Amino acid sequence: MTINPNKCVACGNCTYVCPMGAIYIDPEIKRATINRTECVECYTCFHGLSQEHLNPTMVRTMRKIFQMMRLRFDPEPDVCPTAAFEPDELVWPRVIRRAFSDPRVPHESTGIEGRGTEEVKTNDISGRVKVGEVGFTIEFGRPGVGVWMSEIQVMCTALAEHGVSFEKKNPITSLMSDVSKGQLREDVLGEKVLSAIVEIKTTIDRTEEIVRLVHDVEKRLDTVVALGVGTRCDADGEDRVVAPILERLGYELQRAKTNIGIGKVTNPEARAEMQKETATR
Amino acid sequence: MTNTLHRYGDAESFHDDYVVFAMCCRGKNDQNSVPKLRKFLEMALPFKPVNLGDARHGGALRPSRSMDPTSHWNRDIEPNFEAVIGGLDIPTTAAAVFDNRIAAEDFVKAVVEADLGLSVNISTSIDGAEQCCAHAGIHRHSVGYSLGFEGKTEHLPNEDVLKLATMCGHGMVAASLAKKMIDWVKEGRRTPEQAASYMTRFCSCGVFNPSRAKRILIEASQRTK
Repeated sequence: MTINPNKCVACGNCTYVCPMGAIYIDPEIKRATINRTECVECYTCFHGLSQEHLNPTMVRTMRKIFQMMRLRFDPEPDVCPTAAFEPDELVWPRVIRRAFSDPRVPHESTGIEGRGTEEVKTNDISGRVKVGEVGFTIEFGRPGVGVWMSEIQVMCTALAEHGVSFEKKNPITSLMSDVSKGQLREDVLGEKVLSAIVEIKTTIDRTEEIVRLVHDVEKRLDTVVALGVGTRCDADGEDRVVAPILERLGYELQRAKTNIGIGKVTNPEARAEMQKETATR
Repeated sequence: MTNTLHRYGDAESFHDDYVVFAMCCRGKNDQNSVPKLRKFLEMALPFKPVNLGDARHGGALRPSRSMDPTSHWNRDIEPNFEAVIGGLDIPTTAAAVFDNRIAAEDFVKAVVEADLGLSVNISTSIDGAEQCCAHAGIHRHSVGYSLGFEGKTEHLPNEDVLKLATMCGHGMVAASLAKKMIDWVKEGRRTPEQAASYMTRFCSCGVFNPSRAKRILIEASQRTK
């Protein structure tokens, strides 16, 4: 992302809306400027700010007059008065910043918006997390801290050493050069993203081991981690296994997303395949 | 979309926060899913949602690409639900946000009866979702728990700001904007409704809850420490 200095009037609105705090008014040029190292190409400034198309010279003159008279114009805080933000063409590897940071851009690897996969949200159809299994989503960098790919690799290699299986369709997995070792491609390690999610699946008996492992590794990272734990409920709609493990580990479970199990396979090809599988059984 | 899972707060703080979302599974039920997703959103209207959205186009309050300068004095902060429903044109995640349990329960019951074939999830307190399922006469299929934020939590802002900023789980609502809005409400420069509407526009999938945001802004602005 770039800010056109010929358009920017240094109103400062954008400095507050950047989730990474990467925009500042450069006192030398008196224009909003983006710290490209910290910018994660989330496009929040470009998409989230409403745009006016005012004449920059006129706005600067008015601002100077107001400033001289110690008057404060109280405009809307979510507006770029001169539409000064201009996306630049992102090339590899910087392009992955946007892929992980701008939720409007679907990942090529998953086809869905956001940084993860469908995980338990479509579990009623996909059957991804089965009875006796646990799916973990380990999210880094959110909210507003960001994470370097090199830090994600620290977690991935630790998980790989414990023999976990990474979700194949996850965007982070698609960046791995060696999935068995949890190693990411060398050329992406210097990229920073707003957040990223590593997804793994294990058997329930390994829940405590994985939670403790994540807890240990996150101490070595300079970012925040949000752990999600997904499981299949029993026939009564209860989870009598995983929640007690988590509570025993000291977690006070407050919030969850609950798949209510009303999805159906309706694509003709998928239905035919399902019927074939049933017949084979 | 773990983007509704890791909202900051305890179970009580979600008493006015129910996100019900529908999505299709790639390769399993995504064909001809757009009319069903639209139907899902339409069905939410009688239950008075506080936001609707789709993950590709945004929520019921969106930024403008060519804002009229007079808008600074008469900005419309009413959600445009019809635009969300009409704009959904590809298989994506459709979400309806409610600020009370009764509405969420009744909506979930209606969705179950409609039998759209989509996967439907409720993101709220664990008890809140269980009550919705019980009201609809169904059992939970799967559950995904949030274990909260860990690691270098010293990088995180204060609790009020965190409650506001995490309502856009994609992280599009900046902590600095949330802090600024608390300050503006405190100074009387904007009403809580107006301040909530600014943040709502930044949420790119329409799951931000402006009603809960308004409550948090009022509570935060009256806090002395």
